[in-house]
Amino acid sequence: MHEMGIAEQLVKIALDAIPKDIKNPRVETVHLKIGKLASVVEHSLTFCFEIISKDTPLEKARLEIDSVPVKVHCKSCDHSWEVTGPVFQCPFCEDGDVEMISGREIEIISLELEDAP
Amino acid sequence: MEIKIQKKVLQVNETEAEKSRKFFRQKNVFVLNMMSSPGSGKTETLCKTLTKLMPGVRVGVIVGDICTTNDADRLVKTGARVTQINTDQFGGDCHLSASLVLDSAEKLGCDDLDLLIVENIGNLVCPAEFDIGEDSRAVVLSVTEGEDKPLKYPLMFRVADVAILNKIDLLPYLDVDRDLAVGNMQKVHPRMPVFEMSAKTEEGYEPWLDWLKLKVFEKTGKGL
Repeated sequence: MHEMGIAEQLVKIALDAIPKDIKNPRVETVHLKIGKLASVVEHSLTFCFEIISKDTPLEKARLEIDSVPVKVHCKSCDHSWEVTGPVFQCPFCEDGDVEMISGREIEIISLELEDAP
Repeated sequence: MEIKIQKKVLQVNETEAEKSRKFFRQKNVFVLNMMSSPGSGKTETLCKTLTKLMPGVRVGVIVGDICTTNDADRLVKTGARVTQINTDQFGGDCHLSASLVLDSAEKLGCDDLDLLIVENIGNLVCPAEFDIGEDSRAVVLSVTEGEDKPLKYPLMFRVADVAILNKIDLLPYLDVDRDLAVGNMQKVHPRMPVFEMSAKTEEGYEPWLDWLKLKVFEKTGKGL
């Protein structure tokens, strides 16, 4: 639901990262890392990105999203594992104190610019 | 040509949240971010909480809604200092951002407060994603919403530090398994304290108030 805000931030960060000395830059690809537990819907983000990036060097850019698995660690028994559903209970000690290691990322990793003609 | 960036997309909000945290530390006030779906009884839970805590604990409230000042009007009757944020002026946002909360906290004034409660916008998705510089996050789930909501919205129950199962006075009229609702919250967040209460009948309020007072005291040394 807040993908428009995320797209706005994304476009801002990407535009700031393009070196000022490049004439008519055109971004081909934006590489992102998004955790599976982050509340971001991929197709909503793509849709919002298309709207926000209009008339900027990012206009034709494709979002390449690397999905990050949800990994957790049980502080009680030191077991680490990947969570694939909504259950975060430690499979070994069940009542363990579980912390998240990954899966909430919303990060911009890099841009690929079209080579100058 | 590749340009490396490696930045958090929500960095702006996180920077603002750090600013807020610093502000709240300076003012020595404990900040609770209260979240839930619309209609879970957050405002009623808060009204009763405020009445029972004050004047021993001095409480201020920031209420977020997309539209109307209905909640602020109800809360102000408790005698607490209340300010309303309407996000429709800012594009109808589905959550409160750190900068909006800090602006409101500055306007509200925190010098003579021990506890600031932020009633977030009713939504089980977006508010979970946005740090507002709070010390603790509470989620309210009412029994009428069904036992499976924690499993359907795991991020919210994962980021919460404490949960309230509200409207337990309605259990005799519903086909809801109370233990399953609590169990599902703890499947998503093992060891999270869950307080089963009714804002209407005030059943089960004491453990919640004790938890809150202790949290306020741990940070501020005030209110006990």
